[in-house]
Amino acid sequence: MFKIVKREEMAEGTVILNEIEAPLIANKAKPGQFVILKANEDGERIPLTMADTDAEKGTITIIYMVVGKSTALFKTLQVGDGFQDVIGPLGKPTHLEKLGKVVCVGGGTGVAVLHPITRALKEIGNDVTCIIGARTKDLLILESQMKAASNELKVCTDDGSYGHHGFVTDVLKEALEGGDVKLVVAIGPVPMMKAVANLTRSYDVKTLVSLNPIMIDGTGMCGGCRVTVGGKTKFACVDGPEFDGHQVNFDELMMRLQAYCEEEKHCYEDFCTLQDAT
Amino acid sequence: MTEKKVKKGKAARLAMPEQAPEIRKRNFKEVPTGYTVAMAQEEAARCLQCKKPGCMEGCPVSVDIPGFIGLIAEGDFTGAIRHIWTKNALPAVCGRVCPQESQCEGRCIVGKKGEPVAIGNLERFVADWEREKGTGELPPKAPVTGKKVAVVGSGPSGLTVAGDLIQKGHSVTVLEAFHKPGGVLVYGIPEFRLPKAIVAQEVNFLERLGVNVEVNAVIGRTVSLDELFEQGYEAIYLGVGAGLPRFMNLPGENLIGILSANEYLTRANLMKAYRFPDVDTPIPKGKNVVVLGAGNVAMDSARTAMRLGAENVKIVYRRSREEMPARAAEIHHAEEEGIEFFLLTNPTRFIGNEKGRLTGMECLRMELGEPDDSGRRRPIAIEGSEFHMDTDLVIVAVGSGANPLLTQSTPDMELNKWGYIEADPETGKTTKKGVWAGGDIVTGAATVILAMGAGRKAADSIHQYLTWGW
Ligand SMILES: Cc1cc2nc3c(=O)[nH]c(=O)nc-3n(C[C@H](O)[C@H](O)[C@H](O)COP(=O)(O)OP(=O)(O)OC[C@H]3O[C@@H](n4cnc5c(N)ncnc54)[C@H](O)[C@@H]3O)c2cc1C
Ligand SMILES: Cc1cc2nc3c(=O)[nH]c(=O)nc-3n(C[C@H](O)[C@H](O)[C@H](O)COP(=O)(O)OP(=O)(O)OC[C@H]3O[C@@H](n4cnc5c(N)ncnc54)[C@H](O)[C@@H]3O)c2cc1C
Ligand code: SF4
Ligand code: FES
Repeated sequence: MFKIVKREEMAEGTVILNEIEAPLIANKAKPGQFVILKANEDGERIPLTMADTDAEKGTITIIYMVVGKSTALFKTLQVGDGFQDVIGPLGKPTHLEKLGKVVCVGGGTGVAVLHPITRALKEIGNDVTCIIGARTKDLLILESQMKAASNELKVCTDDGSYGHHGFVTDVLKEALEGGDVKLVVAIGPVPMMKAVANLTRSYDVKTLVSLNPIMIDGTGMCGGCRVTVGGKTKFACVDGPEFDGHQVNFDELMMRLQAYCEEEKHCYEDFCTLQDAT
Repeated sequence: MTEKKVKKGKAARLAMPEQAPEIRKRNFKEVPTGYTVAMAQEEAARCLQCKKPGCMEGCPVSVDIPGFIGLIAEGDFTGAIRHIWTKNALPAVCGRVCPQESQCEGRCIVGKKGEPVAIGNLERFVADWEREKGTGELPPKAPVTGKKVAVVGSGPSGLTVAGDLIQKGHSVTVLEAFHKPGGVLVYGIPEFRLPKAIVAQEVNFLERLGVNVEVNAVIGRTVSLDELFEQGYEAIYLGVGAGLPRFMNLPGENLIGILSANEYLTRANLMKAYRFPDVDTPIPKGKNVVVLGAGNVAMDSARTAMRLGAENVKIVYRRSREEMPARAAEIHHAEEEGIEFFLLTNPTRFIGNEKGRLTGMECLRMELGEPDDSGRRRPIAIEGSEFHMDTDLVIVAVGSGANPLLTQSTPDMELNKWGYIEADPETGKTTKKGVWAGGDIVTGAATVILAMGAGRKAADSIHQYLTWGW
C-alpha cells in the first residue's frame, strides 16, 4: 500500500492534494512526469501528474480535481489510508532549456502540473512569468507556490472576483506583444490549451502543452491514449504527455475524452448517492 | 501385448465436456469444464506408450508425455504432475492454451489413423487435480547460493525463469509493470479460456518457493537495468513480451469506438470491466462489433464482445479461412458462439458521426494472389468491390510489435530491425553482459510454451553464469 501522509482540500473541496509515500518514484521523478494510481482491488487506473516530489522523505504529491467516480473515491481517502497501487514515474520529463523569457500559463488543476515545471525553468535561469486562472477566486489553487516558483505572477478570474478580470489568454496576449517571449508552457483544460496554442501560433512562439487523454497502462501497450500530433498518431503516455501545442489536434482530443462519458456519469451518480446515504 | 495396445488406440477420443454455446456466449465462465477422474483414466488408456514417442518431439519443452499419461492411467495423479513439473512449471496454463494440435497431439501416433490422444486435456486434468486435491507439497530446492537474479516481466517466460532459478538455490525477484503478475495470461487471454485464479495460483506457487514478486515496477522508468546491477543483482532476465499495439493507419482510426485488442482485452480481463459498474473501469459495449484480424487475439476479442452483449460480432480478415492463424479449436468455439466470419475482406476507412463516434466501416473484397514473404497467398483488392458495414465498435487485432519502453532506456543492448532484442537462441544471452532475454520480446508474438522454452534455456545459462561466469 502507498500511504497518504498529508491531505489538503482546496478550491472549495473540488481539488484535493495528497502527499503519498512512494520512495522509488520520488527518487526518480522529474518535472512533467506522471503516475498511475489505483485506489483498491476494483479501482480504475487513473493518471495524475506529480505536482511535487521529495526524494529525501520519499514522497510524491498529487493534486487532482474531483470529476468522476474514481476521483470522488480518491477524495474519501484520509491521512493513514493509502492507494493500493502507484505506478511511475511515467511519461517523458519536460525538456528544460535556458531560453530567456518564458511564460507559463495554467488553468484549473493544470496549475498543479505546471508548478514543478515552472520552478525548474526558473532554477536553470529563465525569466519566468506565470499566468494562472480560475473561474472564480475560490477555485484558484497554489497561488503562493506559483509566486515563489516564478519571477512574476499574474492571476486572472473569469468573473473578475480576483486579479485580472478575464481569461489567461488576454494576459498572455499582452506578454506576447513584448516580442521577447521564447517559450510558452500551457497546462489546463483542453479548450484553454487550444486557445493558448492558437494565440501563440500567430506570434510564432513555441508552445508546450501537456495532454490528458484516457489511459490504461501508461506504458505504450494499449494505444488508448492516442492523440494526433502533426498529423501523426502518438501515444501520450510514452511519446508525451508534453507536445508542441501548434501540432496537436485538440478537437480530436476533446472528442476522445468523451468516450466513456455516459458510462462514467451513471457510475459517478450511483457513487454519490451511496456516499450521501452513508 | 502389442495387439491389445493397438486396440486401445482405436477407441474414440473422449470429447472435453463444455458449456453449451448458447449459454456460454453470455457468461465469462470457463468454456471446457474438464475431465472427471474416470474420463481422464479412460482417455489416458488410449495412449500406446510408444518407445519412440512422436508427441515428445512435438513438445517445445519435451515433457515426458507417455510417462505422465501412463501414471494417470494407473491413477497416480501426484506422480503424473511431478513428472510434468520437471519440464513444465505451468501445466494448468499449457493444458488450456497450448496449440496442441500442431505440437504434441499433431505428432501422436494414434492420430495417424484416428484421433490423437487428448494430451492437452490430460495435462489440464492433472494440473487441476493437484490444485484442488493435491498436497501442495513443494518440490525440493538446492542449497542457497546467495546470488541475486532479477526477472523483468511476469509472463510465462519470466515465471519459468523464476521457477527454475529459485529451485537452483538463487534468490529471485520478479519485477512487473502492471499491478498483477501473469503477463498476457492475465491481461490478454480471457477468463473463459484461462481463469485468472489459476494464474494467481501458479504465481503463488512460485512465491511459496521463495520468489519475490514486485508489481508496479516499470523497468526503464522506475529503475533502469544498470541500477538493478548497482542494487546487487548479478543477472537480469528480460521477458517483457511484445506488447505494442498495431493499428491499420486508416482514415478515421481515432474515432471513439475503435480500440486495440490490447486495450479491449486489458479492460475486460485485468480490470474486470465486464463487471462495470461494480468495478470502476468501463468498457465500450458495441451492438454491431467488428474485429479486425484472425489470430487467437481476434478470436478472444470477438468472443469477449459477444459475452458483453453484442447483437452480432464479425471477424473481418483479408485472407481466406486457410490462412487464419488462430487455433482450430478457438475458431470452432467462436463459430459455435455465433461469431460471423467475413473473409477476404479488408477495411479501407472508418466513418463516424458528428460526435466522433464510429458508425461504420468501408471495406473492399479481396482475392488471393501469389504467396508473399510470409509464404501465404497475398490478398489483392478486387476493384470496385467497395461495400459498407455498420459497426459501433471495432477491435483492431492485427498483431503487435516490440514495446520500446525498456529497450530505449538500455542503449547498450542490440535490437534487430523490428526493435526485438537480439538474443542467442541457445542461451538467451543478449549483447549486454549479465542480461538475458526470451519470449515474445525476442521472437515477436508467439506462444506461451515457446516463451517458456526460451525461459528454460536462459535459466540454465544464467545458472551456469552464476556458477562459472559469462
Ligand atoms: C498524463 C495525465 C496527467 C494528468 N494529471 C492530472 C492532474 O495532475 N490533476 C488532475 O486533476 N487531473 C489530471 N489528469 C486527468 C485525470 O486523470 C482525470 O481527471 C481522471 O482520470 C478522471 O477520473 P474519474 O474516474 O474521476 O472521472 P471519470 O468519471 O472517469 O471521467 C470524467 C471525465 O474525465 C475525463 N477522463 C476520464 N478518464 C480520464 C483519464 N484517464 N484521463 C483523463 N481524462 C479522463 C473524461 O472526459 C470523462 O468524461 C491527468 C491525465 C493524464 C492523462
Ligand atoms: C489475447 C491473446 C491470446 C493468446 N492466446 C494464446 C494461446 O491460446 N496459446 C498460446 O500459446 N499463446 C497465446 N497467446 C500468445 C502468448 O500469450 C504469448 O506468446 C506469451 O504470453 C508471451 O510470453 P512472454 O513471457 O514473452 O510475455 P508476456 O506474456 O507478454 O508478458 C510480459 C510481461 O512483462 C511486463 N512488462 C513489459 N514491459 C515491462 C517493463 N518495462 N518493466 C516491467 N515489466 C514489463 C508486461 O506487463 C507483461 O506482464 C495469446 C496472446 C494474446 C495477446
Ligand atoms: S505419441 Fe501419442 S500414443 Fe504415443 S506416447 Fe505420445 S501420446 Fe501416447
Ligand atoms: S495508456 Fe496505454 S498506450 Fe498509453
